[in-house]
Amino acid sequence: MAAEEDLRVVCTRPGTGLGKAMRALLLLLWFAARGSALYFHIGETEKKCFIEEIPDETMVIGNYRTQLYDKQREEYQPATPGLGMFVEVKDPEDKVILARQYGSEGRFTFTSHTPGEHQICLHSNSTKFSLFAGGMLRVHLDIQVGEHANDYAEIAAKDKLSELQLRVRQLVEQVEQIQKEQNYQRWREERFRQTSESTNQRVLWWSILQTLILVAIGVWQMRHLKSFFEAKKLV
Amino acid sequence: MGRAPSPAAALLLLLLLRAERLRGAELTFELPDSARQCFHEEVEQGVRLSLDYQVITGGHYDVDCYMEDPLGNIIYRETKKQYDSFTYRTEVKGVYQFCFSNEFSTFSHKTVYFDFQVGDEPPILPDMGNKVTALTQMESACVTIHEALKTVIDSQTHYRLREAQDRARAEDLNSRVSYWSIGETIALFVVSFSQVLLLKSFFTEKRPAHRAVHS
Repeated sequence: MAAEEDLRVVCTRPGTGLGKAMRALLLLLWFAARGSALYFHIGETEKKCFIEEIPDETMVIGNYRTQLYDKQREEYQPATPGLGMFVEVKDPEDKVILARQYGSEGRFTFTSHTPGEHQICLHSNSTKFSLFAGGMLRVHLDIQVGEHANDYAEIAAKDKLSELQLRVRQLVEQVEQIQKEQNYQRWREERFRQTSESTNQRVLWWSILQTLILVAIGVWQMRHLKSFFEAKKLV
Repeated sequence: MGRAPSPAAALLLLLLLRAERLRGAELTFELPDSARQCFHEEVEQGVRLSLDYQVITGGHYDVDCYMEDPLGNIIYRETKKQYDSFTYRTEVKGVYQFCFSNEFSTFSHKTVYFDFQVGDEPPILPDMGNKVTALTQMESACVTIHEALKTVIDSQTHYRLREAQDRARAEDLNSRVSYWSIGETIALFVVSFSQVLLLKSFFTEKRPAHRAVHS
């Protein structure tokens, strides 16, 4: 996003000495840079959800860009104004931690406070069926988690780090991510062990109970039928 | 044009960095039954791309996967695979697509994880990439550690996915044990009471049977 701001600054200041060719090249590069994420197609009322299993205190940054299919030109046109996407993020306990509507392109950020499976759901806010005209919406999506979400150029500028210091900083961030993941692993393993022990207990107690019920019912059946046949004077 | 070359050059470099940003995606999504989900990406020629995928939950933990190049040729196809890893060096520039299909399943929806990496990792600062001198020992050590840590993180991801799979199965087993036990107990009571009632009904006097006996 800093690149676009710089570009705007460059264009509004005529005295910077950039020629027309240079400006065109920069614009071209800017458009080329924008079209580089993975994309998929989504229907009008369709909701696409992605799951991120992350430890706690992990930052997640998501960038998306939408393109609508233009039937007349038979190609995907760039961003349509007025078409937005609704982004909803739920934490492992199904509590909504982010529910916001963004424009046709947007960037959402959240930090996890509980470890586990977070669900990121996207759906378009379009109510006019004519807008889609039976076509699909193309969504470019990029989700970065943990250490990958760090912007090293910004960190270098803010803390005034040399190249070597920045490399070491990256290693520190990576190691922290590994540590968080390992703590999360330990927590998960304990939950898994609790589930297995619960299953073990359940199998044991239900088997004993069912055996007792079987024996009790058998005894009751015999006694009931015996008294019934005695009453009928058949025994 | 030569008035302020260095800010322009820096800007150009910054934009170039953005243009060559690591195009990699690691996503986990839910694939409903009888559905197919495709992902597309624009890739240059001669770039190494790799796809790792794994089925985490659902059914028999298998999915169909295929990858197509811009000309429509299938460069990778596997059916009913639980996990696989695939690398390919592109020959054509264009949009590559890979799809996961659950069309063979009628009622189990699957959760699929995939990691799609395109190209090599870019340097963390723009001017790190175009160094003319060799790296110092410290820098080489940093690079080695970075690569080793990446391997550790990949292996952690692998374990996390396996654990998620096992945990899903264990929780499913836990709830199934409860439901089936309760069901069996109820069935036990119902069957035994109806046995007794049926037997009693055989020996209860009914008018037509009584008349038949006497005549």
